[in-house]
Amino acid sequence: MNALLAPIRRLGALSINAIWRLGFISRFFVAILLNSGQSLLRFRLTIREVYFAGVLSLIIIIVSGLFVGMVLGLQGYNTLARFGSADALGALVALSLLRELGPVLAALLFASRSGSAMTAEIGLMKATEQLEAMSVMAVNPIARVVAPRFWAGVISMPILAALFNVMGIFGGYLVGVEMIGLDAGTFWSQMQNNVDLHYDVVNGLIKSLFFGMAVTLIAVFEGYDATPTAAGVSSATTRTVVTSALVILALDFVLTAFMF
Amino acid sequence: MKRSTIDLWVGLFVAIGIAAMTFLSLKVANLTPQSGSETYMLTADFDNIGGLKVKAPVKSSGVVVGRVTKIELDTKRYVARATLTLDKQYQFSRDTSAEILTAGLLGEQYIGLVQGGDPDNLASGDRISLTSSALVLEQLIGKFMTSFAEKGTQDAPAKTE
Amino acid sequence: MSSDSFIELKNVSFAYGDRPILQDISLTIARGKLVAIMGGSGSGKTTLLRLISGQVLAQKGQVLVNGQDVGRMSSRDLYQHRRRMGMLFQFGALFTDLSVFDNVAFPIREHTRLPESLIRDLVLMKLNAVGLRGTEALMPAELSGGMARRIALARAIALDPQIMLYDEPFTGLDPISLGTIALLIKKLNDALGTSAVMVTHDVHKSLEIVDHVYFVAGGKIAAEGTPDEVRHSSSPWVQQFVQGEADGPVHFAYPATDSLAQAFGIKGETA
Repeated sequence: MNALLAPIRRLGALSINAIWRLGFISRFFVAILLNSGQSLLRFRLTIREVYFAGVLSLIIIIVSGLFVGMVLGLQGYNTLARFGSADALGALVALSLLRELGPVLAALLFASRSGSAMTAEIGLMKATEQLEAMSVMAVNPIARVVAPRFWAGVISMPILAALFNVMGIFGGYLVGVEMIGLDAGTFWSQMQNNVDLHYDVVNGLIKSLFFGMAVTLIAVFEGYDATPTAAGVSSATTRTVVTSALVILALDFVLTAFMF
Repeated sequence: MKRSTIDLWVGLFVAIGIAAMTFLSLKVANLTPQSGSETYMLTADFDNIGGLKVKAPVKSSGVVVGRVTKIELDTKRYVARATLTLDKQYQFSRDTSAEILTAGLLGEQYIGLVQGGDPDNLASGDRISLTSSALVLEQLIGKFMTSFAEKGTQDAPAKTE
Repeated sequence: MSSDSFIELKNVSFAYGDRPILQDISLTIARGKLVAIMGGSGSGKTTLLRLISGQVLAQKGQVLVNGQDVGRMSSRDLYQHRRRMGMLFQFGALFTDLSVFDNVAFPIREHTRLPESLIRDLVLMKLNAVGLRGTEALMPAELSGGMARRIALARAIALDPQIMLYDEPFTGLDPISLGTIALLIKKLNDALGTSAVMVTHDVHKSLEIVDHVYFVAGGKIAAEGTPDEVRHSSSPWVQQFVQGEADGPVHFAYPATDSLAQAFGIKGETA
């Protein structure tokens, strides 16, 4: 009987724990918003974090964007050519990037590059009593450490997504026009005729703004909530990447349903 | 407060971001029709608009001169009324005709305008009276099939005779 | 108690969940004195410090600092209270992403609007006080354990606190660094006139520098007195602690509920 109940009990404990953490993360989000004054007034704190979260992610975003665009160009051409509409390649590449691939892939890359780094950094600060030292010095760690990182993530994410889109379109152009030999004019005009500024470009960037908030919130929360040991920080870092990936994809579905 | 290399990098980062967003809005999306240039509106009634959509281009001799901004059903006469927003620099005569065309065999539908000979031009809010509807593929195939069948029935007795 | 007492704990009890840490503790720390709290690991010494800094709140009793109850402070009062307080953490807790200079300047920058040139002078003064001027460009990772502790001390005294809390300041240091830190703590306390509480289990070094000692055991004050009184105490408990003997009034074995034989599953035996 007990052996039968054990998995159910474990499942129950797991769900209760999940709800507990959901409540805690919501409260944490409110705390960040309430303590954001400093990161906006002393903007240098945030600028520093934009450097670590955004600037240092540039390379991975540029390279991945380029390759994703090139793959899109190749696959898109092969499929479209079957229906005799290879001319629509520009539109295909741009629309898939702007609406879905750009925001989602950039956010996934951001979560694994910058999100995990944020978690590890805050977790280590906690493990080495730095956060406690700060609060004993009458400095609120949420205002001084967490909020600037959160806002840096929110600022960086749309920029990185936009850059990812541009690189992807460039990659698609390279394959479609330079390699396969489609007409450059058709490529761009097809794109321009089918891409709507508000509907496709702006909505995509709004998506990435939401992803940025979600990923950085998860990252700083996991760091702040980490068990202050080496093992604790390492598992918190893993959780950041896994949770972020799931949340990005789920949120993408919800936002897409709302927007398009 | 000293300036540091981090500021330089972050500045560059933001500049790249702005450049990327500008590229997306100007080169990838089509910002141009709304951007500053003045427009005027015309309406055109069609028996059938086929697959025409809002935002579809309006072309004259292949040049984009405006876009379809509204499509509605006139419930008195039961025809589709399309509202076209055209660039003010392109003026058309009163007997201009509008037809719904398809780019390629299965491509997007757009409205083509053909300039007439009337010396007076259409003013904003005017209606284009000469219109021809979209070619609906099913109807086309249907017509083709019937004519084929009719031809068949005409031919068949001829052979048996 | 005397009117000179600056920090006063009255009948304080504290527990983490069901596990009692402190039971009905009362102690006083006079203004300008350096007081040591000693006891074995896990005896609740660090909890005492956290009570004074307001990081944890007493479940019973009062923690008075300068007449104010820390447990009843609003968060604004608590921040005011902490600004008058410096704390040296067990391993220094230097901010690893900031240089030595920025670490020491941190509390000054957070709490004052001083011009950068003045902050520079203050930081150099504090670094000079701990004998480490010239290290300001280094990162914490480049410092030895003893140096890091001294930088952390400089950071703790950056705003000239009225209260200093030392959490195990001697842990993990070589004898020379240990001597340096002890000397600095003594010197700074005399020079700044701060009231200081030091939690430690390093008996000999502490007895050389402190004014008064409290021994904590089992969540209670086991003994107290001046260093001289402690050295010549007749209490077997104090003697065990001062001499560092393995067994005595404090038992070597954790009070297990069953005997070793029972734990091994050998039946029929009772302890």
